[in-house]
Amino acid sequence: MSIRNLLIIIFTTVIALIASIMPLPPSIDVFRPDWVLVVLVYWCLALPARVNVITAGFVGLLLDVLLGSILGVHTMAMAIAVYIIAGNFQKIRNFSVWQQSLIVGVLSALYHLIVFWMQRFLIDAVFLPSYLYPVITTIVLWPWAFLLLRKVRRHFRIT
Amino acid sequence: MNPIFKHGPSPQHRLMLVLFCSASLIFFDHKMNSFENIRGYLQSMVSPLQYLATTPKQVMTWAAENIVTRRQLLSDNQAYKVAELRFHQQLLALEIIKKENERLRLLLASPIRGEVKKMVAEIISVDSDPYSQQVVINRGSDDGVFEGQPVIDDEGIVGQVLHVGINSSRVILITDVTHAVPVRVSRNGVRLVASGTGQIDRLTHNFVQHSTDVRTGDLLVTSGLGDKYPEGYPVARVTKVSQNDANAFALVQSEPVAKIDRLRYLLLLWPEKAAEIFAPSQKVVTPNLRDSKKSENNTGLNNVDT
Repeated sequence: MSIRNLLIIIFTTVIALIASIMPLPPSIDVFRPDWVLVVLVYWCLALPARVNVITAGFVGLLLDVLLGSILGVHTMAMAIAVYIIAGNFQKIRNFSVWQQSLIVGVLSALYHLIVFWMQRFLIDAVFLPSYLYPVITTIVLWPWAFLLLRKVRRHFRIT
Repeated sequence: MNPIFKHGPSPQHRLMLVLFCSASLIFFDHKMNSFENIRGYLQSMVSPLQYLATTPKQVMTWAAENIVTRRQLLSDNQAYKVAELRFHQQLLALEIIKKENERLRLLLASPIRGEVKKMVAEIISVDSDPYSQQVVINRGSDDGVFEGQPVIDDEGIVGQVLHVGINSSRVILITDVTHAVPVRVSRNGVRLVASGTGQIDRLTHNFVQHSTDVRTGDLLVTSGLGDKYPEGYPVARVTKVSQNDANAFALVQSEPVAKIDRLRYLLLLWPEKAAEIFAPSQKVVTPNLRDSKKSENNTGLNNVDT
């Protein structure tokens, strides 16, 4: 893989990280989609040999630092979510975009539940239904992100 | 090129590796607090991203500030002039009261409270994490910010500095679940602890006896115990007191007076360390002044200032 391809993957991930910490009004904030998860899942589906569980763990750690949560919480959740994709990428690739978006929705729900379970275990957080609102927006986001990232990948011939 | 035969460890091994790393990170970060210094470096490492993420908002604010009508400016100016006049008049009275207070404190042989050093900071990012209530400000160790430093806005206490980076730092808000402030009721000096609930408009007070004299509408100010927050700054206003005998303790809830959900500019305080010089006399005097009031609620004071 050339340096340029690597830079493009890093660039899309950084954009996703920025989008996930961008200040928003509180009423919209609860619906913030999982940008980072969507981007990582796309790259893992497209290039499972490049973007993998360890990449996901590293990006999750960055997210931990950016969000100020306990180090390791998002690392773990992100790694588990991407592990499921890495194990089944050949099946998921053949699904239509709508089926994929449902799968990403389930993954996003799992991701949020893992984060919640960790927080529950560590600081006795209380479950609120609003913790799962991002699942809805992530399902809506997936087809658009998928098409855009595929265009980027084909345009720059990233393999 | 996608290789036909995969190189490197299998996904299971990678997952095990990452899970092990994250579990040990969680353990060392949460239970041992061994990442306090490293978090400072990490914070300064990611601060460019935070500055970048806040750019659209700053553009909007800039536009909103610059695109105003002349009429708006004139009326604003008028309002500021009136407000300044009023504050100036209050300042005159304050000078006299300050002098008088100093004289009285001298008579009691207790330390005089001097001016506190302050610095204005701007919020550059608010956490999107629903589990913690933190903000990032644009001041860091270059400006002399230190860990545990009290942060206020124009209405009251906002929180304290949690991690310090080089040019940005992280502030934990008083409404965070893991945070508590020692307070007293300004009406009668009853001491309480205000713990965060994770909700932006609510603080809760644990271990309050049924007989405690707390009423709805009471103003809670910092008590200065715990050596984190300077004494006397407003924290919250009591919104709910339920003295149901079925429970072991009374249920007391309050609402922060600082506008936690619409913060923009904050003030960092540098409380002076006068305690060393005046420590003996302070120990003699303070109990007579305040602690002669009811001293309930000693139980909760141990877990203050997380």
